[in-house]
Amino acid sequence: MRRSHSFLLCLGVLAGLCGLMFVHASLRQRAMKPTLLEQERLVRELGLTDICLSTEANYTRHLSQADFTTAFQDHPLSLEHFPSGTWIRPGPRSGYGNGQRIRPAKKHP
Amino acid sequence: MLIELRDVRKVFHQGKPNEFTAVQGVNLWIEACRATVIQGPSGSGKTTLLSLVGCMTRPTSGRIEILGREVSSLPERFLTGVRRETFGFIFQHFNLVKGITALENVMLPAYPSGERQAALKKRALDLLDHFGVAAKAQSKVEMLSGGEAQRVTIARALINDPFVIVADEPTAHLDTRLAQEFMETMARLKEQRKTILIASHDPIVCDSPVVDRVVLIRDGRLEGEAG
Amino acid sequence: MANGFDRQKNILDFTLSSLLRRKWKNLALVFVYTLVVFLLASVMFFSYAIRREASLLLDNAPEATVQRILAGRHSPIPLAYVDRIKDIAGVHAVRGRLWGYYFDPVVGANYTLVVPESGAPEKGTIRVGAGVARARSLLAGDMIEFKTAAGDILELEARAFFSADSELVSSDLVLLSADDFLAISGGTADLVTDIAVGVRNPRELATVAEKIAARLPDTRVILREEILRTYDAVFNWRGGLLVIILAGAMLAFIILAWDKASGLGPEERREIGILKAIGWETSDVLLMKFWEGMTVSLSSFLLGLLLAYFHVFTAGSGLLAPVLKGWSVLLPEFRLVPYIDAAQVAALFFLTVVPYSVATIIPAWRASIVDPDSVMR
Repeated sequence: MRRSHSFLLCLGVLAGLCGLMFVHASLRQRAMKPTLLEQERLVRELGLTDICLSTEANYTRHLSQADFTTAFQDHPLSLEHFPSGTWIRPGPRSGYGNGQRIRPAKKHP
Repeated sequence: MLIELRDVRKVFHQGKPNEFTAVQGVNLWIEACRATVIQGPSGSGKTTLLSLVGCMTRPTSGRIEILGREVSSLPERFLTGVRRETFGFIFQHFNLVKGITALENVMLPAYPSGERQAALKKRALDLLDHFGVAAKAQSKVEMLSGGEAQRVTIARALINDPFVIVADEPTAHLDTRLAQEFMETMARLKEQRKTILIASHDPIVCDSPVVDRVVLIRDGRLEGEAG
Repeated sequence: MANGFDRQKNILDFTLSSLLRRKWKNLALVFVYTLVVFLLASVMFFSYAIRREASLLLDNAPEATVQRILAGRHSPIPLAYVDRIKDIAGVHAVRGRLWGYYFDPVVGANYTLVVPESGAPEKGTIRVGAGVARARSLLAGDMIEFKTAAGDILELEARAFFSADSELVSSDLVLLSADDFLAISGGTADLVTDIAVGVRNPRELATVAEKIAARLPDTRVILREEILRTYDAVFNWRGGLLVIILAGAMLAFIILAWDKASGLGPEERREIGILKAIGWETSDVLLMKFWEGMTVSLSSFLLGLLLAYFHVFTAGSGLLAPVLKGWSVLLPEFRLVPYIDAAQVAALFFLTVVPYSVATIIPAWRASIVDPDSVMR
């Protein structure tokens, strides 16, 4: 086959697959709705405040419950020693102990 | 007249310290279906003259007309179109694109015109066959011998079926036998009613019976014609 | 015009022949390019999907959580505080929560122990998440030993399991009865871990939180909005090592484009001259250069994107997960819902395809507008 034809064919296939990717994603979203609902129910019933991203340190497991001092609780000069802490940071300084106002979270569509 | 040059002058690097007048005061006409040779030593401006005739470059002053139509002031797009239809070039150093096949080299000049590949390929193969190099169609150009490369170059020049064949020192890198073969090919093309224009100082070319007219050039000026 | 399409294909033919002359170099280029796109797209897909799923799930978290902080450390909170919160206007539910961590020395994993408000397992039994089951290779009915605060061993039966589908919230959970939790943690009945407060009207939330903070000065109130904001900011592009990955990828693209952008060699210049001499216009030459850039960048982009999608949403982000794991033993399997942000995909496209194509065309510009006459000399 002519070179440009085979190349355009390959490109077309790839582009088509990418299009299918979006279709697959939306189909999966629909299919996983029950799972999502079950997890929402668990969060509600158990009163969970965090999702399980890492079980390494308490402030990477429950990031919303930690604040900036949590990482240092072993020792005031303790440097960050958990690898996952570089990726997962505790939330922005918050809490009504310091008179902060609420800023609304971004709403995802 | 097929091609007419009136008072043509070409200056390179105008305004710069290395300004250089390649040709000036050129008045020349080229007759159709004839073989014309432009003879002169190196540095005489033969290549520039060929370049001007073949619409590869614009004159600094003067007019060039092809079939009565003024081309020296056409915008590049139209000039390229005129060049593609009217002229087929055979360069001194062959100037084949390395790394691709002979066949593809022959087809290249016709690519931009959007011709369908199947028809183009057939025409190219026929041309290669005509010059006896069809067997080498799929070889890369580096694999061709001097003579084969020369023939591929001629085939390439003919792909768009131009009126005029322009050759710049075509025999410079050929031995006597191949040079004579070249002139025989030119004779055949003339029979097919093509116009031939060659720049050369090789006696095999200039003294060939194929040639109808020899124009002499020296230091950028035409000096008349040889007997 | 049909002519136009044929012209594109013709020029594409030549471009491909031209690229195939340096077959291995160009294949290596495509390989590296695809790899960089794969990395960027994987991180992009992963972080967006997690943030989106977290915001959906944690919208069900308690409206407010009250923690007790002593000397900067999280301390158990007296159950008596519940009464002092109950009568604040707007509060419709208050309960003390019991939860904590347990380090299992047998496998070196951290579990999260939780006592649910209702439906707690029978004393002596637990319900475990899929991650715990994996770490301890548990089947229904197996026993796990827990070390209590008093130094004794408490054996608990793993009677029920959380589904693998719910791993994102339950992977490391161990649900147990209050008595068992207190035995392990050494707490007393009058202290709880923290207090969950339910407030129906979101507009009253701020006031309620202020009042709690005023009444109980040794506490800190965490609102649901703040939880959501935390997860919005996780894997934030602007912070952390993610910036370094991004910078690295940018550098990679620049290096890839450098070869093109730093100008044409004499060989390439000559070739353009030949093309012009045999009848190609400037626009034809530039079109060829455009295809030269596009063939590499477009195919790499599409391939990298597809591979990233498979990687994150089908293969559970196998390459990214260890990064989050760190030293921990228990790692949840990420079965993420494939939420994709089309805007991010478009941004990635422009970031990867456009600069490379531009870097290929622009240096060729000057070479392609020369008089073809130069090739005669």
